Amino acid sequence: MQMTGAEMILECLIREGVEVVFGLPGGANLPLYDALPRYFPRIRHYLVRHEQAAALAADAYARVTGRVGVCFATSGPGATNLVTGIANAWMDSVPVVAITGSVVRGLIGRDGFQEADITGITIPITKHNYLVRDVRAIPRVLREAFYIARSGRPGPVLVDIPRDVQQERAEFEWPEEARPRGYRPPVEPDPRAVEQAARLIAESDRPLILAGHGVIIAQAYDELRELAERANVPVITTLLGISGFPPDHPLYLGMPGMHGMHWNNLAISEADLLIAVGMRFDDRVTGRLKDFAPRARVIHIEVDPAEVGKNVRPTVTLLGDARVCLRRLNGEVRYKERSEWFARLEALKQAYPSLVYPDDPEEVRPQYVIQKIYEMTDGDAYFVTGVGQHQMWAAQFFRGRRPNSFITSGGLGTMGYEIPGAIGVQVARPGDLVWAICGDGGFQMTCQELATVAENGLPIKFAIIDNGHHGMVRQWQQLFYRGNLVASRLRNPDFVRLAEAYGILGLRAVRREDVPAVIDRALRHPGPVLIDFRVKQDENCYPMVPPGASLQETIGLPEEYRALAPKPSAVEVES
Amino acid sequence: MRDGNIRRRRHTVIAQLEDRPGALNRIVSRCRQRGFDIESLVVGRSETPGLLRMTLVVDGGIDAEQVVRQLGKLVDVLDIRDVSDEDTLVREMALIKVRWDADRRTHITEVVRAFRARIVDVSPASVIVEVTGDEGKVDALVRLLQDYGVIEMVRTGRLAMLRGPAPSHPPLEQLEEAYEYCPVPQPR
Repeated sequence: MQMTGAEMILECLIREGVEVVFGLPGGANLPLYDALPRYFPRIRHYLVRHEQAAALAADAYARVTGRVGVCFATSGPGATNLVTGIANAWMDSVPVVAITGSVVRGLIGRDGFQEADITGITIPITKHNYLVRDVRAIPRVLREAFYIARSGRPGPVLVDIPRDVQQERAEFEWPEEARPRGYRPPVEPDPRAVEQAARLIAESDRPLILAGHGVIIAQAYDELRELAERANVPVITTLLGISGFPPDHPLYLGMPGMHGMHWNNLAISEADLLIAVGMRFDDRVTGRLKDFAPRARVIHIEVDPAEVGKNVRPTVTLLGDARVCLRRLNGEVRYKERSEWFARLEALKQAYPSLVYPDDPEEVRPQYVIQKIYEMTDGDAYFVTGVGQHQMWAAQFFRGRRPNSFITSGGLGTMGYEIPGAIGVQVARPGDLVWAICGDGGFQMTCQELATVAENGLPIKFAIIDNGHHGMVRQWQQLFYRGNLVASRLRNPDFVRLAEAYGILGLRAVRREDVPAVIDRALRHPGPVLIDFRVKQDENCYPMVPPGASLQETIGLPEEYRALAPKPSAVEVES
Repeated sequence: MRDGNIRRRRHTVIAQLEDRPGALNRIVSRCRQRGFDIESLVVGRSETPGLLRMTLVVDGGIDAEQVVRQLGKLVDVLDIRDVSDEDTLVREMALIKVRWDADRRTHITEVVRAFRARIVDVSPASVIVEVTGDEGKVDALVRLLQDYGVIEMVRTGRLAMLRGPAPSHPPLEQLEEAYEYCPVPQPR
């Protein structure tokens, strides 16, 4: 059938199962937008106010659904505005296909109006990208783009299509499959490696599982749990692994690393075996690499061969999909009693508490707000965060009950993720409760998207942990820059009135006793709500591994906080 | 080093690439981003239409396994391997423009002959010498010719090929056979 390039793009999206697109029109993608209404309602389009939000919303949508997130932008500034969102998806292995309009073919390379070399710009932050110069290539290119984006280690793919290619007509030919011959992600682990891994687990007296985003991407929740229970091994989840394992499970230890639980950092240092599943030994997890897990052998379960040995050299590698690898491994492991190790972990937990804070009636503690939100929703919601102190507290106190319900920007650490991220999640899960846990700094990086929220009536609950600062910056300046607070203090707008300006219910809590009431009010309000939680301004996030230090050098909670923890048992613990 | 090169050991990586726009850009970009210092890079057509062959030389201090794995991930790269420890034939070509004074002509001619190089261009005041060999040989010739006045030099960088009858990369049909369609996760 004859079609224009624009129609071909939309036809391909339908065939790839795309239901939702986030985007913003402009000169170079107007043919695409011109054709779009003919595909309503099979494709729903959400108009964002800045293209960065389109890429970030597509990213969050993809994380929650496991489908490819799709965003549209025009050439030049439209395309470059996507860059932060694409980089975010790249760092966290999220399948996103970005379709950008480009200037007409005759202008490419001649600095045409709104021309930017977006394929050149995005080479380092995409799995692959394409500039389509021939309309007949559109079906094959998009089929390849979707396959590359979501298979193996997922990631973003950008397809740049000149305006005149979108307008040209040609026969639409849909390829049965499109698999670039140079692209062969691993699937099945080597059976000998599986046996060897099982042997290491059987030999180990002090093992730990470190579960990362790969568990969630591969939807290997049951397999991970089976490994933990079958082999009797406790589970630590990285920031992006949170909600990959039930937080109330007796084998769950929480998060490791820079703001992880103090006990985990010490346990990792004492462990004789790490079973790393779908994680890449990020510096925020390992601390100073040369002192990381000095006593441990390592089993690395990983789909991306380039991650193996990049930071930590494994003893055994299972190369393949996390779910497939775990299934194979589960077939080989046996239960082993490890009471000494569990007693040791219990002693560490008591000696190095990480989740206590003063019950302060005078001030609103940020930890209290976050804990209260988890409590009052019974963990039955999606939690989207920004980046900074509030993100780390949200990670530490996480109580979500659903698998894959903690959506956050990990590798890139993109402040402002919380608003477009929550939009992507709410669009993907229209009937479910979505809480955006926001920083007052990051919130202002994307708050123009409150218009998108209001326009579409997305009933997101925004909780701004408002400490009047770029809180993590202030914390670093206080701890590592002699208290020289530069450019970290924020003169904020009146967030309640800002919400109201967009037609969103705005609430505020300034005293501790207000907190449950406003959360309750927000939960009862059917539409979007923004709550400005005026929290204690100088609260620091602990535990903390200072930048460049080893996990053994974790700074624990302040003394007065530790005093609040349950008293240590009789077990002697030396540091 | 095999052919008497006394310089620090380097890694030689050979690859087979798709002949597509941006392929070389992606390789160079990945090397730059990951800090793989490129000592030489040669890309050209292969015996198969649509396929390029590349020889990449990186500093010996770099983890060659990371080079192979990071570049091997690129969609344009069909096959890539580190041949530093394999039995390879290594060649480089150089063109060297040398001053051609009347009293030194016989010396230059002798040196060129001793290296089995060739004089490929003659003008009243200069000659261009063409030499092929491993880097050690090219370096040695350049050092000797420097006494006569090297005006300029251009070198290709290292080309490498496995010795013996086996191809350096698996044939395409084999690649296709080995291909296991990676399952795409079902939407949640």
